[in-house]
Amino acid sequence: MTVEELAPESRPHLLRGVKLKNDQVRKTWVLLAPERYLRLNAISVDILQRCDGAAALSTIVDDLAEKYSADRTMIERDVRSLLNSLLEKRMLGL
Amino acid sequence: MTTQSTPQVSAQAPAQIPALQPPSAMLAELTYRCPLACPYCSNPLQMGGRETEMPTDAWKDIFTQAAALGILHVHMSGGEPASRRDLRELVAHCASLGLYTNLITSGVGLTKASFAELAAAGLDHVQLSIQDAEAKSADWIGGYEGGFAKKLEVAHWVAEEGLPLTINAVIHRANVARAADMVDFAVRLGARRIEIAHTQYYGWALRNRSHLMPTRAQSEKAYAEVEERRERYKGQIVIDHVAPDYHAKFPKACMSGWGRMSMNVTPQGKVLPCHAAETIPGLEFWNAREKSLADIWTNSPGFNAYRGDDWMQEPCRSCERKTVDFGGCRCQAMALVGDAAACDPICSKSPRHDLIAEIAARDSAEEVAGFTPRRIERAREKSPV
Repeated sequence: MTVEELAPESRPHLLRGVKLKNDQVRKTWVLLAPERYLRLNAISVDILQRCDGAAALSTIVDDLAEKYSADRTMIERDVRSLLNSLLEKRMLGL
Repeated sequence: MTTQSTPQVSAQAPAQIPALQPPSAMLAELTYRCPLACPYCSNPLQMGGRETEMPTDAWKDIFTQAAALGILHVHMSGGEPASRRDLRELVAHCASLGLYTNLITSGVGLTKASFAELAAAGLDHVQLSIQDAEAKSADWIGGYEGGFAKKLEVAHWVAEEGLPLTINAVIHRANVARAADMVDFAVRLGARRIEIAHTQYYGWALRNRSHLMPTRAQSEKAYAEVEERRERYKGQIVIDHVAPDYHAKFPKACMSGWGRMSMNVTPQGKVLPCHAAETIPGLEFWNAREKSLADIWTNSPGFNAYRGDDWMQEPCRSCERKTVDFGGCRCQAMALVGDAAACDPICSKSPRHDLIAEIAARDSAEEVAGFTPRRIERAREKSPV
């Protein structure tokens, strides 16, 4: 098995057993994973909701750059930073 | 017992407790029955049998309340949870509530068909124990012939279903030389995660401490070898490494703080901050068959006993690490120095810290043999330590 790396054409998706949940008790979105959970900020939720295994990384970045009217390079850096950390935690597939 | 809405926890909590948060995890010990007899089991020495276990509906009601209270993860454990015939129904109920369901299993008692049913019912994750990286030793440790082969089979089913797999390995003198091999083995099984847990001495492990304790040199070598795997397998497997208490400088942040994040429900419905909590005499714990989970979380005297820091003694009270490790483990302080409010003697700042090195040296010097296998029917024999 080799370690996967993010490329513009990668189609990221949450691995089975990793789930987004809108937590009504804490009033926040969380990412549920084996034996841990992460509280998510709004941009992380936006990123992960787009990781459906169909959209390419480049498309996700374009989409978010438009939504936030923000610089594409900055958005791409945020997206890669989140997705790389999830790859390392074995929560994301490409 | 009825379903509760979100409790107004901060309003009801005693003054010294800063904003009690909702619990995020429940360890649901569905049964104490287990086909294995691991000598380091964290279950209590006195365990109720099948006739004392809560029925299906009582568990379902507890899970419904858990979801409303803010629990995110339900860890179905035991004993061996597959010993319960209603396991599929309980998993399906939790999944319908949006609870993340984790099956903590030895694998023994599952069949390919029953496992497929659990996956279809919405099971999210499997944590499978292994006793060693080689069959003969593993089966000897678990006291169950053929157990190791069965686990390989179960790991294969988990992979076939596409579910995430965590391997759990408890490290002690009989397998300490192969701690890192178990990481390699877990990678070959396709696990996403491995917990390498150096034995924590509670329950059966405390009773069997002199048969389980490795030497400091063995512990340190195993620890370093496992740590070395972290970089090697980066992106392939996540290693959660539970350090050997008796060879540590600071105590663990036990349960991330007493009654702070999680609760443990026994097969009989008693709700505890951790599985060893009942070893502390004089604490009053409530039962989920008599009180609501929200009431228990907020108001039960046993949960409130060691929340916040009012209960702390020196050196904990003025220690800068008190918000890091919460003074360590209350049950360990009780077991080793006879005072549950004392600094966990694992801490190098504890006035009783010398005791730890003494015990570790003494207990690691004996032969590996003759440990007391974990059995329900042997529950009434002599006490530990």
